[in-house]
This record gives sequence, C-alpha cells and structure tokens, in this order.
Amino acid sequence: MKITILDYGAGNVPSVERALQRLGVESHRTSSPECISKAEALLLPGVGHYAALVRALDEKHLRAPLIDAIHRGVPFLGICLGLQVLFKLSEEASELRGLNLLPEIVSALPPGVKLPHMGWNQIEKKRESSLLSGIDAGAYFYFAHSYAALDSNDTAATCSHGAEFAAVIEQRNIFAVQFHPEKSGDSGARILQNFLRLAA
Amino acid sequence: MSLAHRIIPCLDTDGERVVKGVNFVGLRDAGDPVALAARYNAEGADELVVLDIAASRDRRPTFLETIRRVAAQLAIPLTAGGGIRTLEDGRAVVRAGADKVTVNTAAVERAELISELSREFGAQAVVLAIDAKRSGDHWDVMVRGGRESASRDAIEWARMGVAAGAGEILLTSVDRDGTQSGFDVTLTAAISGAVTVPVIASGGAKSPAHFVEVFREGAADAALAASIFHDEVQSIHALKQFLASSGVEVRLPC
Repeated sequence: MKITILDYGAGNVPSVERALQRLGVESHRTSSPECISKAEALLLPGVGHYAALVRALDEKHLRAPLIDAIHRGVPFLGICLGLQVLFKLSEEASELRGLNLLPEIVSALPPGVKLPHMGWNQIEKKRESSLLSGIDAGAYFYFAHSYAALDSNDTAATCSHGAEFAAVIEQRNIFAVQFHPEKSGDSGARILQNFLRLAA
Repeated sequence: MSLAHRIIPCLDTDGERVVKGVNFVGLRDAGDPVALAARYNAEGADELVVLDIAASRDRRPTFLETIRRVAAQLAIPLTAGGGIRTLEDGRAVVRAGADKVTVNTAAVERAELISELSREFGAQAVVLAIDAKRSGDHWDVMVRGGRESASRDAIEWARMGVAAGAGEILLTSVDRDGTQSGFDVTLTAAISGAVTVPVIASGGAKSPAHFVEVFREGAADAALAASIFHDEVQSIHALKQFLASSGVEVRLPC
C-alpha cells in the first residue's frame, strides 16, 4: 500500500516522509486533485497558520476530492493543522471554512500558560483507540500549536495545557493527532505504524 | 500530566563540523554533526539545535547540507540558525529540514524579519536568540556572536520580539557561556516572567544540579548545552534520570 501525502507547502512534509521511510513504507506527495481521488490512504501534515492550509486546499482545488475520499472511506490521518482543518472552523482564521467533517470549532488555547504549547506532553486516553494501540500510558508526544479542538465528541485522547483539548481523534476512517508523530520519537513512530496497519 | 522540561543539545558548527571554544576563541573540532545528532536522538534528547557560528555567505550551502544530513537522523524536532538575515535564508533552512529557525543579530537590526518568518511558518517555528550580558542593573543585548552591545535592554527586546511574532526565546547568558559555573538563573527568571512564550536557557551548564536550578528557580521551559554533552561529561539519559528523581518533569525515554 502506498500513502499519499497532501503537499500544500507545509514545512513538515519532508519529516513525515522520512518517518514513513524509517517504517519501510512508500509514500508520495501530491497537490493534484486527481491523485487525491485515486489515493488508497491519505495523510495531511500541517504546521504554521491555519489560513495557509485552507487557502492552499482551495487554490489547488483539493477540498472537494479530499472530502469525497474521506466520505468514501479512504483512511485519513491528519497531523496538527491536518487535525484542525477537519472541523467547521478555527478561531485562528474564522472567516475561512474548514472541511466541516467534524461539527465543532477550533479555539485558541486560553492565556495564563506559555504559548505556543511547545514541547513534549502526555495524553490521556478517553476511549478505546486503534491508533493508540500499544502506546503506554504516560507516553510523551511533541506538540507545537496555539489553537486546539477543546470540545470534540470524537476525541480518543486528550492533552491538557491551560485547557483540555483533543490530542487524538478517531471516527471511522478519520484519524487525526494534534501532536507531531513524525517528531515524537518511538511513540510517534508507533502511531504512524498503527495508521499504516489500519489503512492496509 | 504536564509539559515536560526539555533538554536540548546544541551543535555549534563552522558549517560542516561541530566546533567548540569559549567566546569564539580557540575553536577546535568537536566532531561530526551527523554522528552526534544520531547519538543524541538515541539518548533521549528532546530537540536538537544546530547553529552555523561562522555564518559566512560562501559556506552557506555546506551548512544547508549539514542540516539535511542531521535532519535525516532525527525523530525529534530540529532548530537551525546562525547568520539568518532574510526571509529567504529562513526558507532555505526550513526546506533543508529544520522545524524552527533562530534569528539573532539581523532581528535586532530589523525586527520585521521576525514577523516575516512568523507569517510564513507560524510563531512556533521562529526562535528569537538573545545573547544577554549583565550591565549594571540590567542586561544588555549583545550581537555579532556576543561581541558587541546593541545598547538595548534584554527584557524589553524579549517582549518586542514576542510581539513581533517569535514563538520561543533562546536565551544565552554571555557572562556564563563557556564557564561551566551554572546557568544565569536570575536572568532566565526575569525573561521567563516577562514573556508568554517558552524560554530555553543557555550558557554555563555543567552539573545536573545546574539544570534543576534553572528549571525550578529560573522558570526555564527548556535548557540547552553543548560541550558537556559532546565530551560525554554528562549523558542526557543520566541527566534526565537525575531531574526526574529531583521532581522535575521530564520525558524519560524507555
């Protein structure tokens, strides 16, 4: 199986490719609607500003094929902004529409803590999750973000920094993580491996 | 459950090789950046910083190649910088595989550089490096490798840099750098209390107790060191075990 990486210009695409390579998996990056329509499994990395991702999806005409693929049941993994874009909208650029596959909104983490939420933090499992299979309680993951989904109903695990937020989302074929598995050492590699297994 | 304090080894390079020396004097070879990166990744470092301290224009392609080779070794975040003067310099470093870019002298001269990088890559990718030196009742910002005073208050500059879009501060005490007499805890606490972004303390680390101090009393979010790790004076794994046993939250690798 081949993983299709949506390349909208995010900085972390090469890291994701390297992480997949280390797991012995073939991936190819694309920004073409046709390739997304034909994908067997989709990965959307993201880092930086929410608006950059949404604008790129629209300018490159990737929104419709991406939503179609997810509706057809193609396994999808979103990373960081790739999680946030699944929601209706984000306070980071509330004039733009998200993919609206999940009904809630993405909000700013509350003041009173150091922001961005940057570094290694632990997650708390909220329900059974295939993506978290084999992940020990207390495992650390690398986060780098200032916005988060504070009240998603599809949360498999949460993290807390000023407020509790969705760290892992799992809903049928939709998988998403707020942290960066490609930067999270062995625990991160395990998450990617789990996704590959689920997508196969 | 809370954010772990980060331990960050730093590779000062001449573009190609890791070098060390006190205050840029008597630089000597300290190893191959790729081998060191692989070692730190395996030992449980939380991030890695690679700096081009020579920062000469004609060696830049060599440094970018070093970033590429180092990034290939890592399953942890990579920060790179040294001599970043323009948005295009920052882009080149990110394209080579860095997750974050540090800016220093050029940002002091033109704070807009911070905003430009922040708009393009997000605040989480922009690290403002501040070299601070005690001057009477305050700390002066030093530029050009810590050699020249910018006649600017370090706390003020930290606040301005964050307002301009920096997502993190890499704070080096010029007074402590290379002395191995411990981090400047007072300086670190002053900057950490003045800004809302994470602060990485740097300069003066030797013993594990120094790290406990800077996290506890200095309110640092991360601590950076170079030679004690390169020379194997201190293993990252043992340091983290010491921190954990002292009640400092760290990510202990399995």
